[in-house]
Amino acid sequence: MELFKLTAHELQDKIKKGEAAPKEAWCALEERIKSVDNKVNAYVRHSQPVTQNPQFIPIAIKDNICTEGLNTECCSRILEGFKPPYDATVITKIKAANLAVFDLKANMDEFAFGSSTENSCFGPSHNPWNLECVPGGSSGGSAAAVASDQAFWALGSDTGGSIRQPASFCGIVGLKPTYGRVSRYGLVAFASSLDQIGPLTKDVEDSTLLMNIIAGHDANDATSADIPVPDYTKSLINDVKGLKIGIPKEYFVEGIHPEVKKSIEEAINKLKSLGAIIKEVSLPHTEYAVPVYYIVATAEASSNLARFDGVQYGLRVKTDNMIDMYKKTRGAGFGEEAKRRVLLGTFVLSHGYYDAYYLRALKVRTMIKEDFDRVFKECDCIVAPTAPTPAFKIGEKTGDPLSMYLSDIYTISVNLAGIPAISVPCGFTKSGLPVGLQIMAKPFAEEVLFRAAYTYEQNTEWHKQRPKL
Amino acid sequence: MKYETVIGLEVHLHLNTRTKAFCACSTEFGSKPNSQTCPVCLGFPGSLPVYNKTALDYAVKVALALNCQVQEYTKFDRKNYYYPDLPKNYQISQYDLPLSLAGFLDIEIDGKIKRIGITRVHMEEDAGKLIHKGNVSLIDLNRAGVPLLEIVSEPDISSPEEAHEYLSCLKSTLEYLEVSDCDMEKGSLRCDANISLRPHGEKKLGVKIELKNMNSFKAVKDALAFEAERQARALDEGETLVQETRLWDDKQGATVTMRTKEGSQDYRYFPEPDLPPFTITKARIEEVRLALPESPKEKRLRFIRDYGLSDYDAKILTSSKKDAIYAEEVLKNFKSEAKKPAVNWLIGPMLSEANARGLSLSGLKVSAHDLCVLIGFVERQEVSNLSAKSVLTEMIDSGKSADVIIKEKNLVQVSDTGQLESVVQEVINANPKSVADFKAGKGNALMFLVGQAMKKSQGKANPKVLQDLFKRRLIDA
Repeated sequence: MELFKLTAHELQDKIKKGEAAPKEAWCALEERIKSVDNKVNAYVRHSQPVTQNPQFIPIAIKDNICTEGLNTECCSRILEGFKPPYDATVITKIKAANLAVFDLKANMDEFAFGSSTENSCFGPSHNPWNLECVPGGSSGGSAAAVASDQAFWALGSDTGGSIRQPASFCGIVGLKPTYGRVSRYGLVAFASSLDQIGPLTKDVEDSTLLMNIIAGHDANDATSADIPVPDYTKSLINDVKGLKIGIPKEYFVEGIHPEVKKSIEEAINKLKSLGAIIKEVSLPHTEYAVPVYYIVATAEASSNLARFDGVQYGLRVKTDNMIDMYKKTRGAGFGEEAKRRVLLGTFVLSHGYYDAYYLRALKVRTMIKEDFDRVFKECDCIVAPTAPTPAFKIGEKTGDPLSMYLSDIYTISVNLAGIPAISVPCGFTKSGLPVGLQIMAKPFAEEVLFRAAYTYEQNTEWHKQRPKL
Repeated sequence: MKYETVIGLEVHLHLNTRTKAFCACSTEFGSKPNSQTCPVCLGFPGSLPVYNKTALDYAVKVALALNCQVQEYTKFDRKNYYYPDLPKNYQISQYDLPLSLAGFLDIEIDGKIKRIGITRVHMEEDAGKLIHKGNVSLIDLNRAGVPLLEIVSEPDISSPEEAHEYLSCLKSTLEYLEVSDCDMEKGSLRCDANISLRPHGEKKLGVKIELKNMNSFKAVKDALAFEAERQARALDEGETLVQETRLWDDKQGATVTMRTKEGSQDYRYFPEPDLPPFTITKARIEEVRLALPESPKEKRLRFIRDYGLSDYDAKILTSSKKDAIYAEEVLKNFKSEAKKPAVNWLIGPMLSEANARGLSLSGLKVSAHDLCVLIGFVERQEVSNLSAKSVLTEMIDSGKSADVIIKEKNLVQVSDTGQLESVVQEVINANPKSVADFKAGKGNALMFLVGQAMKKSQGKANPKVLQDLFKRRLIDA
């Protein structure tokens, strides 16, 4: 059997039983990367392990998570050559769990700005199921690496759907944890009040294993929650009897691709047949999620990206005065989408516009959160599509930012509300593109997500499908 | 035309916490450039701030000492602007929900109490320092992230002198809390001023001018005085003033335009998402209030009550906390009901020695016990006032105790008439002209004779005893 095809927990079992050596796993993976990544372009950098450890199960890391001494560039020219002098907390935890950290940096949209991984200074990643299509984004490299068996598992970050949407497009499992569940220390910030690091894995069990490692309070992150972390593998329960699942009517309206709709409806029926109680619910402020998100997220991004000025690190365009250095460095260093978002964010925070945009957006954000609070009083979780369409063609939406933004329409509310959500494979379109089922729960109820996702997964075969490359 | 001057002051205060506001780096002043930095205060990508709880406690102390209302719910905001000394290109500050509001400070103007309102006291972080060398600029980020308080006064100050008094009073209040070294030279206390003029009786405020770059309280006073005059002249000549920021140039003794309002920045404040808003409980506020140390005013009143000091003396001795603590030690050590001699020594010789050396009273390193020993010699008339002053100087210079120096130099006054009789006789014999002058009623002659006798006794004779002896010999004879 080819080792690279294994899930992380399968590989771990084999190593424990002495049926495989960690070194072999790395070699198998390296061979796999050599043979397929020229087609997928999931990685922006890959090399030998940087720490020698017999326990290692290689993990792909999105290029916006700081790794000490290893380039961390957010797929942006402005961070060219940037080697952080410190590890992100998740990396420290992975090392502490006896897992080696490799220089396996996955492609992404520059600074996580995008839904297709086309906005990368290293060129787009390709969807392993159809190389002409995007893998989704912004954690598209992480998702494509896992889906094409070039990684056993991966870390991504999710600000508006950046883990779940690519997981959906690539037919794998992607979890956006509750805001505050996983430390953001060392994650290069896009929108600080929305960002979360999370796992992209081949199945739900791997997702629980990785969460056991990375979740927990961190004194270096004032927004991380000081709430005990359960053993998530205990949620791998193949049973949803009596689980109350809400179906938000606002998620099944105009704009949803008919084949996606069909797959989701079948998945809901499956859950029902497994004993879940299905009821229709309403999240009335759903239609405002996209505009609210693009105000809040760009406002924070405009400020978070201000530090990339050529003074201390990364790119510096030399000129004869300071202001010109700022302008030319940022002009040359940022891609088009980054510039668009910085401009948008700067605008909505400007004097005279703040109240009309930013302040109002914060108010609506609270309403969106209250929608969820209400629904979770009567439901254990909510089930919906992860994305309105399957993966689209490379170049199809690059000229139309608005239609690109709408591909996150089902994932954005979750970030605004700070709740956890998972995407699991739930079917394929006729043309062979994966479809993802999204499950959402109330804050710190990841266990409910895992139970529902695991039950669905164990009673379907979708997650076993692999693209032919 | 006569104008009314309206002044408001903005004071920035470094808190002397061991570590910075949002990371564990040291705040020590004067270290090697950039030696006290980490990914957080360097603003590296992915780093996050975590608030220093000691800094918050200090901030609450200051707010309470300035009679402010500490807000139970408060948050941080980002103030966005580009400058190379600001590594994130935003400063973590407080905007619409500051730590505290609506306080006041009472100052004394011509013997009358005037209450100056304090608009707000809020928390923020300091920026780094730029060092310009030739055509390059170097950045030292040791100061970046040091916890700062901004103390904003109401425009209740009506003259440069009042501004000076407000600052002195504020500094003394802050020093008493021991939360800052309040050293303007090190930049741990800085002051900007806003000043406008309006015709007497006018309700509407005039055009506001912001003044920066004053490096001492005197500079603040001078800059305000210059500005009040400049604005009055401009208004008299019918000029329209524009809202602007002006820099004080100490050498020229003038203010110069830095930027006008048209060029002013939009800081795009918004809530700092990396630091959740927090609540300070009423119980916690009360706890801090109860633990507040004695204020300068409280100490002054206590000195008047407990040691019988005059208001004037008490004010001098309590203006700095260190001096007050030292003075109180001396007053306690001085074993006499009437404390005036000790007070005179403190605000006389001691203070002039301290001022001459640029030290505080306690910085002279004369122990309270030793000073009292010295004053005892004078009080018992065993050492002349003059000798005692030189003994004090030597105590400070050498660190020796008073009795050792007095013994070494053999300075104890001779008051024994038996010993002095022969000296007096010798002087009378040697100066017949002065003796005749004295007998003829010239008072000065006596002083001359006493002086001669002092010389002969090598300064040790008690001049009063000598006078008596001369009078007795020459008048009675």
